[in-house]
Amino acid sequence: MITLRNVHKSFGAQKVLDGLDLDIPAGQITAIIGPSGEGKSVLLKHLIGLLQPDSGTVEVDGESIVDLRRSELNRIREKFGMLFQNVALFDSMTVFENVAFPLQEKTSLSKEEIRSRVVSALEDVGLKNIDDKFPDELSGGMKKRVGLARAVVLNPKIILFDEPTTGLDPIIKRAIHELIKDTHAKFGFTAVIVTHEIPDIFDVAQNIAMLFRGKILQHGTPDDIKNSSDPAIRQFISGSLDGPIRMA
Amino acid sequence: MVQALGHVTIGVVRDLGRAGWFLLYSCYMIVRRPGSLVHVLKQLRFIGTKSLFVIVLTAGFTGMVLGLQGYYTLAKFGSEGMLGTAVALSLIRELGPVLAALMVTGRAGSAITAEIGIMRITEQIDALETMALDPFKYLVTPKFIAAMISLPLLCAIFDVIGIYGGWLVGVKLLGVNPGAYFYEMEKSVVWRDVYSGFVKSFSFGVIIAWIGCYKGYYAGHGAEGVAKATTESVVLTSVIILVWDYFLTSVLL
Repeated sequence: MITLRNVHKSFGAQKVLDGLDLDIPAGQITAIIGPSGEGKSVLLKHLIGLLQPDSGTVEVDGESIVDLRRSELNRIREKFGMLFQNVALFDSMTVFENVAFPLQEKTSLSKEEIRSRVVSALEDVGLKNIDDKFPDELSGGMKKRVGLARAVVLNPKIILFDEPTTGLDPIIKRAIHELIKDTHAKFGFTAVIVTHEIPDIFDVAQNIAMLFRGKILQHGTPDDIKNSSDPAIRQFISGSLDGPIRMA
Repeated sequence: MVQALGHVTIGVVRDLGRAGWFLLYSCYMIVRRPGSLVHVLKQLRFIGTKSLFVIVLTAGFTGMVLGLQGYYTLAKFGSEGMLGTAVALSLIRELGPVLAALMVTGRAGSAITAEIGIMRITEQIDALETMALDPFKYLVTPKFIAAMISLPLLCAIFDVIGIYGGWLVGVKLLGVNPGAYFYEMEKSVVWRDVYSGFVKSFSFGVIIAWIGCYKGYYAGHGAEGVAKATTESVVLTSVIILVWDYFLTSVLL
């Protein structure tokens, strides 16, 4: 359970989050949708303490993560895995080393155990025989999948996905959504997905929150959002040019 | 006008504070969690071993030109025999530590900033943080340790090669007595000279790692941000080395 209350965040004169409230239920997949540049990634980075709010509270399982000491914050971060928008694989390490890295640093597993965990994590995302490749030798979809394997390899309780399917072809997009659903069914983690994938996300997420003008406009089940009467949500779902959402 | 001045001043003070904190935290991390031996060895190879060629090359020519200039000056007083002393003292006390540090700054300091800067803008540092790992342990402390070990050693190599460069020109080309070259040197170079050279090069190692890592860690946005950070890193490191060298010399003299 992650709770945000009255979160404000500005960068210089630009107000990004403006008194945002959000409850992310444990063990479910929650999607955050909203127009580009509205601060969805900023919101996601607040959940794991990469950004600190100017004011307001962020609580993970009842513990505040605002202004914590680094050691305290790290203790809470152990619960998390994160897939970044541009994946952020370590580019001087091979695919195998990237996925093995959290295991090497965070567990006392033997070399053989690490190897088998990494191989099975990579197989879960449908990747074989690319252990020795470097990230810049991979396609966008392959990188996303390696990032996914790295994010789940420690079986975290909470996984944050920042646009896991942006820029991928429809088949790989579908495959990644299925992958998130399957691994979620298997491990039961809490997932937060920042995404633009309308309507695909309605089949993936159990909760959907629409972020608009620094606040959560509506938070509900996919059906609630689909049948919403809010003009901004209707415009966003239909992809119409007319409505309250203006292109910056 | 006043507002702009205040803005700049606050910016400078904040930067200084952040850089100072960065150095203190690095020192703390070196003591507490120095990082794995593999990371340190990798950095030793990069900062130390791979700088050898450029150090040997510059040391050779520095020694040779010292031999030429020294001979020209000393010959006016008829004391060419002191050439060994002149070359050795200038190298050991001053030129060895400073020139070696400046060469390493250009070669390794810039690379440190670029590497960490690229990791910053591609969110690799954030990725480490989300894994509850301290980026300092992987990126910063191994570089500090490697620079603190490498610089005094590179400086020693610079001194030796430079002295033989001076010998080549002074003795072999200009005909200074070979016995006098080394005998006078042995007589006048004392432990204190060598010691001050090592203290200098050790502290230059700290400066190179400090500014190199700091500038990369707080690099701005995109390729331009990394480019700017790298330039600033090299310029700032070189300036700090020369300024610090003056103060250190006045204390150690």
